[in-house]
Amino acid sequence: MLSIKNLSASINGKTIIKGLNLEVKEGEVHAIMGPNGSGKSTLASVIAGRETFDVDEGTVTYMGKDLLELPAETRAREGIFLGFQYPVEIPGVSIANFMRTAINEKRKYLGLDPLTGAEFLRLMEEKKKMVDIQSKLTNRSVNEGFSGGEKKKNEIFQMALLEPRLAILDETDSGLDIDALKVVANGVNKLRRPDNATVVITHYQRLLDYITPDFVHVLYDGRIIKSGDKNLALELEEKGYEWVKKEAPAGV
Amino acid sequence: MKNDSDKILQEVTGSDYKYGFYTDIEMDQAPPGLTEDTIRFISAKKNEPEFMLEFRLKAFRHWQTLKEPEWAHVEYPPINYQDLIYYSAPRKRPKYDSLEEVDPELLETFEKLGIPLDEQKSLAGVAVDAVMDSVSVGSTFKKTLGEHGVIFCSFSEALQKHPELIKKHMGSVVPYTDNFFAALNSAVFSDGSFAYIPKGVRCPLELSTYFRINAANTGQFERTLIVAEEGSYVSYMEGCTAPIRDEHQLHAAIVEIIAHKDAEVKYSTVQNWWPGDKEGKGGVYNFVTKRGICEGEHSKISWTQVETGSAVTWKYPSLILRGDNSTGEFYSVAVTNNKQQADTGTKMIHLGKNTRSTIISKGISAGRSNNSYRGLVKTSKKAENARNFSQCDSLLLGDQCGAHTFPYLDVGNRSSIVEHEATTSKISEDQLFYCLQRGIDMEGAIGLIVNGYAKEVLSKLPMEFAVEAQKLLSISLEGSVG
Ligand SMILES: Nc1ncnc2c1ncn2[C@@H]1O[C@H](COP(=O)(O)OP(=O)(O)OP(=O)(O)O)[C@@H](O)[C@H]1O
Ligand SMILES: [Mg+2]
Repeated sequence: MLSIKNLSASINGKTIIKGLNLEVKEGEVHAIMGPNGSGKSTLASVIAGRETFDVDEGTVTYMGKDLLELPAETRAREGIFLGFQYPVEIPGVSIANFMRTAINEKRKYLGLDPLTGAEFLRLMEEKKKMVDIQSKLTNRSVNEGFSGGEKKKNEIFQMALLEPRLAILDETDSGLDIDALKVVANGVNKLRRPDNATVVITHYQRLLDYITPDFVHVLYDGRIIKSGDKNLALELEEKGYEWVKKEAPAGV
Repeated sequence: MKNDSDKILQEVTGSDYKYGFYTDIEMDQAPPGLTEDTIRFISAKKNEPEFMLEFRLKAFRHWQTLKEPEWAHVEYPPINYQDLIYYSAPRKRPKYDSLEEVDPELLETFEKLGIPLDEQKSLAGVAVDAVMDSVSVGSTFKKTLGEHGVIFCSFSEALQKHPELIKKHMGSVVPYTDNFFAALNSAVFSDGSFAYIPKGVRCPLELSTYFRINAANTGQFERTLIVAEEGSYVSYMEGCTAPIRDEHQLHAAIVEIIAHKDAEVKYSTVQNWWPGDKEGKGGVYNFVTKRGICEGEHSKISWTQVETGSAVTWKYPSLILRGDNSTGEFYSVAVTNNKQQADTGTKMIHLGKNTRSTIISKGISAGRSNNSYRGLVKTSKKAENARNFSQCDSLLLGDQCGAHTFPYLDVGNRSSIVEHEATTSKISEDQLFYCLQRGIDMEGAIGLIVNGYAKEVLSKLPMEFAVEAQKLLSISLEGSVG
């Protein structure tokens, strides 16, 4: 589904991703871990098409298409969803209005009729239950005055509404209490289908108790220096990143 | 002393008319230039009562002593007032026979605004079908109003049918001595509207629909007078979301509102004059004097305006809160793009006790435009416990535009409380990318963010216009980022 080969990306001339390879297939869950500043969010932004980053080398193929050719909004409409590490506030725009616009843009792209107000409300009710989000939250402006946890839940709610094929969740578990963590994990698990895939970026092994990853990767200084199964996360928790650094064959 | 245009006038007109100026009454427009004769011509043409002519002449004589104001934060080439034409008869025949003859760009905008086909025709100056004929719509409308004793008609008609009401109120809020453009308007005003709500009547209709249909024919020097008698209520909507192109570059309107005891007037306007091309060429200059007076106790006037057009806008809807416990509100969204310049704001003059005013101003600047807000809040000695709250926000798109806020406070009473808050923000790349990532394209994203920003003001507009105003904001900013 997603195939990243030898990707290098920079911002303002500073190279952040340095020859990265990653292969994600349908139905899989991948976890990406790595120390602060190693380039996890940058990778997510580059996949989503954020133009502040320059792609200097490499290829990214998504569902057989050259992803790097597509503008960010087209990537989104093609089913790529990014759960932001720091969701931004949009004052005066209600979540309902925001998401209705988003869904109808996607539908238009896919050649479908827009959802009517009633249809959209029904869909929203259904997804609210699924991710256990409070009813009044959706009438509020996007992320405005939300607590840290509410912002993260709101990202999952949006994901549920958009039903992406490839979801990248950037530290969606950070700052969540244990109940909220379960809600987020539950959301991801319920939305899991054989034809979609999820990449979770996290610092904590505890999320992986709830979302079982097929692969765990360690991102270090712009490269994936080690990959393994869920046991790698446990090992990391125990030994820290220094251990992988030493383990990693030079030049990878 | 005779100048050239006087000479030409004389040659054209002969001299057997009693005012020393005569031209064929069938003539559709006055020759260019402005003299007392031009004013007599306009007044005669409109068959006005004597007092009206006197009023115009006094205003004209006063205007001649004035200089054009230069302090506004705008720049434009000097206007030669002797080159302008001060009277043209309303167009009787439609400009076009079908929509196909109309500028496709204009039609595209109508389309985006979702304006119904019949209205598109009417606005573009195309002959309209009998069904949607403005006369017939106008007359059902008038019948309903008539049953409630509400008078709502053109200024010219009011001068014929209700001269005593005009005589009593006209110029009582904006005297012709007020400023340069007010004096000019008072001398040469073309037409406008008059609304009168009798005592205790709640006007059963939004006074708006009618305007939509007639918007295309508004004159260059418009005059609006709204009188709300004791305990009455009216919501009045002027202007139009559709872009109005006009061969007249200078527009100088006057709006006067009078609210008596316990009366409430809601005045909303959406103005979208043609701003000119990207360089601002050919755009309309809009110099407007709008003022309301809360004459009686517990009266209330609110202005809500959405401004997106004009090359140059100079406009300060003001309120005088004379009655004790009266309330004034001002809600404004002003968008400038490309090379547009806007100098707008409001004045709240507190004279009565316990008077309250609220000012919410939202400026949006894009391109290389300049957007200034100027607000004066004044509380007089007698205005015990007067309160004002002002919130002036500016939103910038890109880094070539400017926003300026000039609050002036003049507090003459120790018990009054005046609060002012101001913010300047930018649409952040973070916000735009967040929208893009959800599948909303750049234009849609800017539209959403800007409408969110302006929501507090848009929500004050009558429903039907709020929806259009939202679309209008998005359209005005097309192509301004990225
Ligand atoms: N806009 C920017 N300008 C300059 N440097 C940037 C910019 N954005 C990111 N970087 C740098 O790129 C590097 C990688 O940042 P990134 O946000 O991808 O790290 P991360 O792995 O997500 O870290 P964290 O775990 O703290 O979220 C950091 O050194 C960061 O300072
Ligand atoms: Mg990060």
